[in-house]
Amino acid sequence: MAYSFPEEVLEYVFAFLSSDKDRNAVSLVCKSWYEIERWCRRRIFIGNCYAVSPQIVIRRFPKVRAVKIKGKPHFADFNLVPEGWGAYLYPWISAMARSYPWLEEIKLKRMVVTDESLELISKSFKNFKVLVLSSCEGFTTDGLASIAANCRNLRELDLRESEVEDLSGHWLSHFPDNFTSLVSLNMSCLGSEVSFSALERLVSRCPNLKTLRLNRAVPVEKLPSLLRRAPQLVEFGTGAYSAEIQTDIFSNLVEAFSGCKHLKSLSGFWDVVPAYLPAMYNVCSRITSLNLSYATVQSPDLVELISQCPNLKCLWVLDYIEDAGLKALSSYCKDLQELRVFPSDPYGAEPNVSLTEQGLVTVSAGCPKLQSVLYFCRQMSNAALIAIARNRPNFIRFRLCIIEPQAPDYLTLEPLDTGFGAIVENCKELRRLSLSGLLTDRVFEYIGTHAKKLEMLSIAFAGDSDLGLHHVLSGCESLRKLEIRDCPFGHKALLANAAKLETMRSLWMSSCSVSYGACKLLGQKMPRLNVEVIDERGSPNSRPETCPVEKLYVYRTVAGPRVDKPDFVWTMDEDAALRLS
Amino acid sequence: MENSSSSSIVSTESEKNSVLNLKETELRLGLPGSDFLGKKAGTGISLFGKDLKNEGNNGFRQIPLKNLVSGAKRVFSDAIDGSGKWGFSMKGGSEVDLGNGGSENTNALQSCLAGPSGKEIGNPNPAKPVEEKKNENNSTAPASKAQVVGWPPIRSFRKNTLATNLSKNNVVEEKSGLGCLYVKVSMDGAPYLRKIDLKTYCSYAELSSALEKMFSCFTIGQYASHGLPGQEHLSENCLKDLLHGSEYVLTYEDKDGDWMLVGDVPWEMFTDSCKRLRIMKGSDATGLAPRAMQKCKSQS
Repeated sequence: MAYSFPEEVLEYVFAFLSSDKDRNAVSLVCKSWYEIERWCRRRIFIGNCYAVSPQIVIRRFPKVRAVKIKGKPHFADFNLVPEGWGAYLYPWISAMARSYPWLEEIKLKRMVVTDESLELISKSFKNFKVLVLSSCEGFTTDGLASIAANCRNLRELDLRESEVEDLSGHWLSHFPDNFTSLVSLNMSCLGSEVSFSALERLVSRCPNLKTLRLNRAVPVEKLPSLLRRAPQLVEFGTGAYSAEIQTDIFSNLVEAFSGCKHLKSLSGFWDVVPAYLPAMYNVCSRITSLNLSYATVQSPDLVELISQCPNLKCLWVLDYIEDAGLKALSSYCKDLQELRVFPSDPYGAEPNVSLTEQGLVTVSAGCPKLQSVLYFCRQMSNAALIAIARNRPNFIRFRLCIIEPQAPDYLTLEPLDTGFGAIVENCKELRRLSLSGLLTDRVFEYIGTHAKKLEMLSIAFAGDSDLGLHHVLSGCESLRKLEIRDCPFGHKALLANAAKLETMRSLWMSSCSVSYGACKLLGQKMPRLNVEVIDERGSPNSRPETCPVEKLYVYRTVAGPRVDKPDFVWTMDEDAALRLS
Repeated sequence: MENSSSSSIVSTESEKNSVLNLKETELRLGLPGSDFLGKKAGTGISLFGKDLKNEGNNGFRQIPLKNLVSGAKRVFSDAIDGSGKWGFSMKGGSEVDLGNGGSENTNALQSCLAGPSGKEIGNPNPAKPVEEKKNENNSTAPASKAQVVGWPPIRSFRKNTLATNLSKNNVVEEKSGLGCLYVKVSMDGAPYLRKIDLKTYCSYAELSSALEKMFSCFTIGQYASHGLPGQEHLSENCLKDLLHGSEYVLTYEDKDGDWMLVGDVPWEMFTDSCKRLRIMKGSDATGLAPRAMQKCKSQS
């Protein structure tokens, strides 16, 4: 007896599934469910733009409305990926322009986006609404002008931390006078001044504007005018927050801020003159997110501000806050969930502020909801790490950067293995971990044994031998992304755990000891991986097989070897020997 | 970028074996003369992780980074002087030729590392062992660390903002790796200000003669010549001469925002705290003089 459930009903039910994981599971049930699901999937996330091709995506999912694509490996943020490596958006846009005329959202991270791509986006998708370019590069303000001019229904334009060639601020003036749909604008990474009157008019006519992150070029005296036109703002980023103190500017600011009853998030604060900070005090009680990581303000002023924010959930700040400031934070902000402390003087030989491991210990003790930390400091001890781990077993992200590579426990001069071991042992939900300091294979043994939910691991200047890498690859069941630099890992662990690599998104190894021969072998053994050697010294064939490669990037893919490789990238596969000779 | 060295690479089986055994050492970054490698923990960077020779042993060697940078210079000039090791040690030949000796090891390794940027070849300048593509603020300060690419892991946007902050505030400290300290110099009555780099001077005498050149009718030059050589701050006699004989007084604004008379404190302390200079008319400076005189008295 044939049993069939109406497609329409299934489709209706599937519409409630938002997570990719659930949708992927549903697709595996049977062929008809696979078919129904693929026709109704509207959102796609592509974690590695080379893991799949635009054609494959479009063939399977013909009715997509929103795409999110990530390109370069994370270490590209720190200049470890050479210029011209890849992650070009254009092939995706040109394919989607033909097949997804109703595309509404494009969110990108670490991709190379050209003005041509932006123009194509602006002309191809009639209902285009959301463009988020996170850490992207390759475009100029001309590309932004196309978006402004042509995307009549644009809601979000977010350029966070992208490198934009800033030809002029004129692009903003391209938003038509009848354009009113803007909800979110983040132009904080741009340098040029935009026409302030154009900005004012834009803000005035967009009643749904919730997020406005200005760039540095907007001076503090202009802020009140904008805030008054957008009292509904939820997220606001100032420009340069400095000027000679003038009472009328100050009182205008106070008044303007008071009008914003919905403000939850503040950022910007370049060139801060501390005397202007009190202008915000009357919104502080509602503030949940504060990004002061560009504000060169000393600890007492920071503490003054923070003490007014009892509902703070997320704080990004420079190490000017010092241990004393963190102590204050831990007593005022009991709701704190995320803390990032950046170094104000990372290249100095000596510490310029009094920020030590103690600050982190205090915050971990005082903030019961703290789950995500990024902390730059100059000294650490096992004792501190153990205390932190015991205080806060609920960490999900723990990224510690001790500025001096291979710095040992400063009290005992021992490696920090036991400290990080305590972190992974106590924090059972840990998903992301970045290590630093002096570490032996021991720490990897702890990680492999305990970090079962770990998805992303970053390692630098650590370990003794392949055994370390083996612990990680064989023990970390949930591992998706592994990035390693300057570690003495060779090929043994890699080859022994080759199958593991197919369960991960990607592996990055640079300045390690993986030989060219081993890379070739890995490529031959694992046809569903792209094993890419990045080497700017010229073809690896010109050196002995035992010579270590500069950089290795391995990722699973259904798209086969890249076709857009630059001349310093080689894909290792069965044909490698033939192709390279 | 050819490897011209293949002829000198002997790749016998035993060599290969010894290479595999010595695989641990292939990335130990040392420089000619193994006395180089300090044994102190935490004092420097071993750019390729720990000394792998000591596998299983928690001890390791670190290379004090200062030495690393200056040592690099020696390596390249040695190489260029035709030590004979240069040829084979290009790009990759290194691994096969690694022996137990320090210098061969390191020369080769150095070149293996140097490969990426062709500029190191034949270039006697001390290129850093690990190439820094975006050479921001580190090239001018010998006292600060040599920088490893991408470490500490800070995004470019943030790095650039930090650098701009530092230069905007004019409080550029030597320890931050930026080797200059520009301060504004104003002179009462002059139509415009000047800017000078305090780091280019080592004493008040130098500063005063430079300012004298910039602004005529400036008096510090007069008393500097009275100062005893090696004396870093002015004596009572000099100040007396200054005040009686001249029309102008050199003052500076310190970190606390106070206007101070130049010459009271040792030179280094002065450059650390000086934010701007002002050549004040003597008549405006009378308030400063008595206190300065008292200070002098207590010093002599």
